[in-house]
Amino acid sequence: MRRILLIIACFWALQGTALGQSHDNHQAEEPHATEAHARHDENAGHEKAHDDEEVDHAAHGDLCAHAGGHQEEEFDPAATAYHHISDANVYTIGPWAFPLPCILYSKEDGWSVFMSSRFGIGHHGNGHKAYRRYVLDEGVVKRIKDPGFPMEEVEIDGIVHQEAETADGKKKVVAWVCYNGQAFETENKSTADFGMFGGGVTSFYDFSITKNVASMMLVAILLGWMFIYVARKYEERDGKAPAGLQSFIEPIFLFIQDEVAKPFLGDKWEKFLPFLQALFFFILGLNLFGQIPFLGGSNVTGNLAVTGALALITFIVVNINGNAHYWKHIFAMPGVPKPLLVIMTPVEIIGLFIKPLTLMLRLFANITAGHMVIIIFISLIFIFGQSGENVGGALGAAVGSTLLTMFMMSIELLVAFIQAFVFTILTASYLGAATEEEHH
Amino acid sequence: MIFLAEFSVIKPDIGLLFWSTVIFILFWVVVGSLAFKPIVRALKKREQDIQNSLDEAKRAREEMANLKAENEELLRQAREERSRILREAKEIGDKMVAEAKEKAKEEARRIVTEAKEQIENQKRAAMIEVKNELGMMAIQIAEKILRKNLTGDKEQEAYVKSLIDEIKLN
Repeated sequence: MRRILLIIACFWALQGTALGQSHDNHQAEEPHATEAHARHDENAGHEKAHDDEEVDHAAHGDLCAHAGGHQEEEFDPAATAYHHISDANVYTIGPWAFPLPCILYSKEDGWSVFMSSRFGIGHHGNGHKAYRRYVLDEGVVKRIKDPGFPMEEVEIDGIVHQEAETADGKKKVVAWVCYNGQAFETENKSTADFGMFGGGVTSFYDFSITKNVASMMLVAILLGWMFIYVARKYEERDGKAPAGLQSFIEPIFLFIQDEVAKPFLGDKWEKFLPFLQALFFFILGLNLFGQIPFLGGSNVTGNLAVTGALALITFIVVNINGNAHYWKHIFAMPGVPKPLLVIMTPVEIIGLFIKPLTLMLRLFANITAGHMVIIIFISLIFIFGQSGENVGGALGAAVGSTLLTMFMMSIELLVAFIQAFVFTILTASYLGAATEEEHH
Repeated sequence: MIFLAEFSVIKPDIGLLFWSTVIFILFWVVVGSLAFKPIVRALKKREQDIQNSLDEAKRAREEMANLKAENEELLRQAREERSRILREAKEIGDKMVAEAKEKAKEEARRIVTEAKEQIENQKRAAMIEVKNELGMMAIQIAEKILRKNLTGDKEQEAYVKSLIDEIKLN
């Protein structure tokens, strides 16, 4: 027992320092990135003169004045956290950036399929090239609005961000691409938030195999392989006690079967069991995958799109299987006086949509919060270290943050199970309510 | 330079939404049919097997208990039989002994009686012999008396007396 604790402690200590190092790298690499840009400036051969640039600067609000120069950047923990939990078109593990396939669609240019390595992925997932008017900013594909921008692969001077005000007065960060001394405005990919959170439909759609999609595929394949292997073992070892992976999976499987499916679904449990098991293990697998150190820490179940997709599927499965009894209770609750139905029916209909919405938000919020807390704890090292100026502070904070991170990771391990379980048990209860037979 | 601080995870990306749906449904369908259903089937079968085995064990136990009870009953009966047989044998033996004793007694009695009878007979025969002898003697005496000339009374008397003495001597 003591030995296991020791191993766990060592593991987490390593994890803390490794993450810390990766940030040290970021800080240290900063000049390299800008150097690359500066070098490019020379290569691209802008010997035109500075006058030209000055004209452009005037036109675009001096945006690109510092694109080639080095800037002392202050450490921003919130931005770091946001960057780490975001989906990306590049899979970064420590100092390595693995390119991923980009599948982009815009109404003007149609489909564009290429590897994200075309962007020349640099530090922090910033590409130093543009291709078919797409650029890679912080690991995310953006599109240059100006149709005058060259379609072919071109080197860019850099990307700068500027806070802008949208039509409805909200502040929004816009990325500008500096090319030939000119600043070109970019826009984000289309999102399905209907403009609620500053997104919305734009000129292009991103169907890329992003970091989250790749993680999901990997987890789905691993889980699939594991379950098919276990299922085959059940056939091979018919009449024998479970062994190995089989005996690891069985208690969890039986837990979902006996504690989730059977109590809520009664004698219809077998019909919905594959769905519930798939939900539970898919969510659990992704929750845990995001927690594995040194594997990029994909925040898959902490992305509203993923939880939204799961909630949407749940919503469809529940309502397709809803029987007459269920619908009667929604539109005309039996035993309720007619005038009250005027209030009751809208409430029930709203409830119909609130159920999957809460499913979506609960999982999303829990996992995102977990990922952010851990990143913030590690950021403490840089806050106390004052970006490398205070070594003692960084050292002290490293010890503290390692302990805090260890503690948080233990909690997150628990949360991974609890949230997968809660999502599944609530789905089972909604399914149970939808398929319950009338009994008086 | 403004760092890109965008809480992008809250903006559901259409591509991610699409891929999540596709991957989850594929996972559900493929793993559901290739793994979850066979596992449920195997688990149900095993559950059934275990139930059957338990039932069988219970039945076997009951049978064993029955068998044991039966054995005990048999043993008890056998013991009873044995004691009954023993008792009977003893009774028979006792009876036989008693009968034998009785018979012996009877025999003894008979022998005694016979002996007594014989003694009586012999006695009687002896008496008869004695009587005969006496008669004979009396006749002889009478003969002798008669043969002797009896001259005087006194002489006669003395003679008779000597005779009688002779008898007494006899």
